[in-house]
Amino acid sequence: MHAEEKMTYEKWPAAPEKQTLEAKNKFLGFWFFLGGETVLFASLFATYLALKDRVPSADHALAKDLFEMPLVFLMTMILLTSSLTSVYAMYHMKNFDFKKMQLWLGITVLLGFAFLGLEIYEFNHYVHEFHHTFTSSAFSSAFYTLVGFHGAHVTFGLAWIIALMVRNARRGLDLYNAPKFYVASLYWHFIDVVWVFIFTVVYLMGMVG
Amino acid sequence: MVNTQTNSGNPETDLKYRRKKNAEEMRHQVISFALMIVFTLIAFLAVGYEGFSAWFAVPFILVLAVVQVGFQLYYFMHMSHKGHEAPALFMYSGVLVAFLTIICFLTIIWW
Repeated sequence: MHAEEKMTYEKWPAAPEKQTLEAKNKFLGFWFFLGGETVLFASLFATYLALKDRVPSADHALAKDLFEMPLVFLMTMILLTSSLTSVYAMYHMKNFDFKKMQLWLGITVLLGFAFLGLEIYEFNHYVHEFHHTFTSSAFSSAFYTLVGFHGAHVTFGLAWIIALMVRNARRGLDLYNAPKFYVASLYWHFIDVVWVFIFTVVYLMGMVG
Repeated sequence: MVNTQTNSGNPETDLKYRRKKNAEEMRHQVISFALMIVFTLIAFLAVGYEGFSAWFAVPFILVLAVVQVGFQLYYFMHMSHKGHEAPALFMYSGVLVAFLTIICFLTIIWW
């Protein structure tokens, strides 16, 4: 089977994401990249933990003044649900159902945009209500770098998934693009992995004090 | 395992079997998702509940986060499947360095 061969439901292999050599390399390389991303985010988490609530004077807002549970809860639920919808997309990919895969990827993208919108609202709120800007304290710099880096990952993930959906809209599924969809969905899950630690370490631990 | 090629010599049986396997796996995914929602709810409730001190709440929610990330990696990202030995090596190496970095940054500001 070569990568761009026209596929049918009967010919579709059980593990289309790892069928060709290119796919195997992509799979391995991408996981290596995720190992590196883990280290990258760890350094940002470490910086945040070291600089949490380090402000120059008492009139600066601290973590416990800033964070509000309902908004963080909503963002968490949206991102977690988008992780499940991308699992559904890969389920349909394995069953060679291109239309349903595109539909679930579309839902994932919408949830991603909802998350991003809430994050923009949140940052805007901190800047205008609390004067908590990127340069106002060591705490604020560490906070915006960590959470902003995650937000940038969400943005990149959305652009990536949309690009795949548009580029392959007429092509349908084959062994050339199945690994591309699979790897993009791994990236999306990894974004949720990072968010689990952000909502725990930054927001929940920030509210505890 | 779920992701191995099946070959009974009868293509139609194989396809049916694979579809069934995929559907079964999807059910497990939905169960993982439900558990992850429950862990998230418990973490938020533990912080919202006044009765717990920070000394209990912080380690408790950290453990919940680790368990939830385990579900995400092993089920949603299929690390429980065969052929994920190298990804596991990469991720655990990453986690080791991550752990060292965080310990380093937390001890440097200890006093």
